[in-house]
Amino acid sequence: MKARLIKLARLVERSPQKAGVGGSLRPKLTSFTFTWALWFLLAVHLVIVLAGFIAPYSFETQEREHPYAPPTHLHFVDCARKFHFRPFVYVTKAAENGLNDYQQDCSRPAGIEFFPQGDRYTIFGMFSSTRHLFGVQTPANLFLMGTDGFGRDQFSRLLYGGQVSLFAGFVAAAFSTFTGLLLGGIAGMYGGRLDDAAMRFAEVFITIPWFYLLIAVRAFLPLQISPVTAFLLVVSVIGIVGWSRPARLVRGVILSARERNFVLAARGFGASNAYLLRRHLMPLTFRVLLTQMVVLIPQFILAEVILSFLGLGIGEPFPSWGNMLAQAQQYHVLVSYWWMLLPGLAPVPVFLAYHSLAETLQERIKSNI
Amino acid sequence: MIRYFARRAGHGFLMLFGVSILLFLLFQTAPGDFLSEIKMNSQISPETITMLRAQYGLDQPLPVRYWQWLKSSARGDFGYSFAYNTPASTLLWPRASNTLLLSVPALLISWLIAVPLGVLAAGWKGRWADRLFSGGTSALLALPDVLIALLALLVALKTGMFPVGGMTSINAQDQSTWAWLRDLGWHMLLPVAALVVGSLTIILRHVRASVIEVLESSYMRAAEGHGLPRFKLLFGYALPAAANPLISLFGLSVAMLLSVSLLIEVVMSWPGIGPLLLEAILARDLFVVIGAVMLSTVFLIAGNLLGDVLLYAFDPRIRRQA
Repeated sequence: MKARLIKLARLVERSPQKAGVGGSLRPKLTSFTFTWALWFLLAVHLVIVLAGFIAPYSFETQEREHPYAPPTHLHFVDCARKFHFRPFVYVTKAAENGLNDYQQDCSRPAGIEFFPQGDRYTIFGMFSSTRHLFGVQTPANLFLMGTDGFGRDQFSRLLYGGQVSLFAGFVAAAFSTFTGLLLGGIAGMYGGRLDDAAMRFAEVFITIPWFYLLIAVRAFLPLQISPVTAFLLVVSVIGIVGWSRPARLVRGVILSARERNFVLAARGFGASNAYLLRRHLMPLTFRVLLTQMVVLIPQFILAEVILSFLGLGIGEPFPSWGNMLAQAQQYHVLVSYWWMLLPGLAPVPVFLAYHSLAETLQERIKSNI
Repeated sequence: MIRYFARRAGHGFLMLFGVSILLFLLFQTAPGDFLSEIKMNSQISPETITMLRAQYGLDQPLPVRYWQWLKSSARGDFGYSFAYNTPASTLLWPRASNTLLLSVPALLISWLIAVPLGVLAAGWKGRWADRLFSGGTSALLALPDVLIALLALLVALKTGMFPVGGMTSINAQDQSTWAWLRDLGWHMLLPVAALVVGSLTIILRHVRASVIEVLESSYMRAAEGHGLPRFKLLFGYALPAAANPLISLFGLSVAMLLSVSLLIEVVMSWPGIGPLLLEAILARDLFVVIGAVMLSTVFLIAGNLLGDVLLYAFDPRIRRQA
């Protein structure tokens, strides 16, 4: 009975906005770019999760004969100008001049194969296999984005590195929005001195320029650590640094919702603060938090990239987009091997997609509240 | 008026206090300090380490250390650099002025480009020029700052026309003042350009958005109806009306610029606060870390205060309130 009454109160209060023209006033909620961005992100994350299967090599396979090899040419037409339906590559060999020039050997073509055997990999830590999506037989190499100084395939490392970079951003954003929800919710609900203290604390975090804060928090943590700890550490550092903005937003929503009739009704029925917060107020923050998370994820991916770039994040041999890009800091690498810059371009489409998602979500909030 | 500024400045000062307390709390959680690296060295006896620890005051509890740090900051030392064996301020001041040398011109240039361009884009809203503009800014926004810095470095290396890294040429000392200034400007060119590219887009988008909001208001439509020329409408009426949110953005843009500047300094080896901070972290020179972060916060608060001054000068509503 009580629950139904409260529900009714909630409905009555909401109705003036939505009644009238039978919902036709609602703005257009999905746009072409929104759908496109959503599907694109899903596809990217799927590819990244399946990195082991899609990448032709593992992230630590070294081809010592092929340091700084340029992206392998895919051919349809062979040296004798004959056309083949199956794309193929030529076996390449380093020139004798020691400058990492590579020559194709026209007498040794190797066709692209689908589902060949290769390095062993595991997906989700559960499925283990040696079948890859595509590859070539051993004397030939398939380096879609060239190799680094150790002769490791950049394309494979980019996919594995995405696992680190994308998921660090995602987990850190989830962590900081959750912290923000908790602290902002409590501050908004209980008010008074607690509220003051929490908000001043949040303000201190916002006052420090954000890279400086990020690096400072990292500075006070151990430097030499194992890769798994490093990942967890980076995620928690980024999460700690970013909690204040979502906390402020949540507090705002809760402050305005606290005086609404259905909440007052529930309070009249004897609901406790904690119950109100959990049952009635926090669900209202969902949309704001979702939007905030979409805004934060690309920022936090960037944060991971920067930490690893500066040597404070994930270390070798595990790839992340940041530590792969760090190799391009050496002048000779930067000048001679352009493909070493590709890890810096990799986040661009992902960021574009997240930005356009965020834009649409923000417009929705603006037009609905 | 004085009360208004005093309140803002007092607020900034309190924030600085908060930041320093936060940093010291973090300091407390740090596992190991500069001396734990020395401890590995078997040549140094445990007694020496205990003595050093006492000398640096590392054996004191946190509040005592914080108090000592406050006292040393009041003297202008900002703690002690373990790695260089000097007061931290002797390391920080020259670096801070170098960082300002990059960021102040970059800040001015970004705003000088962003304001006219953003207003024009708002005036063109919906036309192809505006679409092109929006597409361009969102693409730029998605470009990681690290990549921008690396690309600037690549330009310097490929063309050979610009100096690579550093602030002055090797023979800078024995040049005339004029030649020295020209040399410095030449070295500044690419880092400043990279900074402008890295920080311009957000300002541009904000300018465009806030001017568009003003343009949609009824008084602007009335002004348009009176037949005012478009140019005067945009720059004479819309821009001042949109000034308030833009000036509030000023402080934010300082924060952003400092953050981007850190990366660009590291990549282009500009001797600013950024490389110092990184070095200090790797050497566990924690007072220098605290000093560098505090300095960046001081810059940010100064930027915010400047924003407040501008707001006071431009917005009569604020003057009425204060």
